[in-house]
Amino acid sequence: MNFYLSLAVMAGVTYLIRMLPFAFFRHKIESRFIRSFLDYVPYAVLAAMTVPAVFSSAGSLIPSAVGAAAALALAWFDLPLIVVATAAALAAYLTGFFF
Amino acid sequence: MTRNFFRGILHGVPIALGYLSVSFGFGILAVRAGLAVWQATLISAVCVTSAGQVAGVEIIAAAGGLAELALVQLTINLRYALMSLSLSQKTAPSFTLPKRLAASFGITDEIFAVCSAEPVPLTFSYMAGVILISAAGWIAGTALGAAAGEILPERISAALGIVLYGMFIAIVVPTAKKRRGVLFAAVSAAVLSVLSRLLIPALSGGFSVILCTLIASCAAALLFPIGGEDA
Repeated sequence: MNFYLSLAVMAGVTYLIRMLPFAFFRHKIESRFIRSFLDYVPYAVLAAMTVPAVFSSAGSLIPSAVGAAAALALAWFDLPLIVVATAAALAAYLTGFFF
Repeated sequence: MTRNFFRGILHGVPIALGYLSVSFGFGILAVRAGLAVWQATLISAVCVTSAGQVAGVEIIAAAGGLAELALVQLTINLRYALMSLSLSQKTAPSFTLPKRLAASFGITDEIFAVCSAEPVPLTFSYMAGVILISAAGWIAGTALGAAAGEILPERISAALGIVLYGMFIAIVVPTAKKRRGVLFAAVSAAVLSVLSRLLIPALSGGFSVILCTLIASCAAALLFPIGGEDA
């Protein structure tokens, strides 16, 4: 697949999603179902992208799982994104020496 | 005019620092998927979206089709439509159409959060300041991560592959803890995602994410409509 074509599709679709509502929409969405649906989409997307991919993201299974567990624990205590993300990598890195 | 711009820059500095580390992870994932450093950097420069870029790179690496690529971007980035919608309601009268067309480029989760928190109507100068500094961090981090991915020891670059997923977890968990509907949507999407890998391995990763998201969000919207007690 042509790289520039893929790039144009990614950038174009992403831009239109942001631009159309920001530039042209002036009303409030009335449907409670649609508003609820749109509200849940980001969380569902991130969860589906993370599981099961995270379990192979740091190479092998065990370091990846330990990294994911560390992220889960720190996120539970509302730590900042950057702390959670770095700790996950650090945990996976250290576990990598043993497994 | 310039005062708003510098205020925007100032508010964007923490975002830029966060982006720097997260896009470092994206850069590593991208070179691991077979892209060159300049390709990874170019993607970050024209998309400015974490989850969408990761999914996009996976599809490019798997030689998926353009329709799949477009659909995946649409699903993953649909949340921006909501944020744009919300921001469009609080812009200053001076925020004309050409300026809206330009500022749309940089509406991300974090920039949305900062702009929403502004106590005054949004001006173009302010938004441009936030976006410019944040995007600079995003692009620079990608270039550094991609370059590092090529020279770092295997053990380190492997571990860094988890950074973006760590960020995703950090976005979902705190809200899922507070709202049952979000918890339900996230857990069911994750379970469906595992099931689809096991039961329908032929389904590509991108389409699997779309399907799981649609089913989980629909179910959550039906069972836990917002605006009620749960919101």
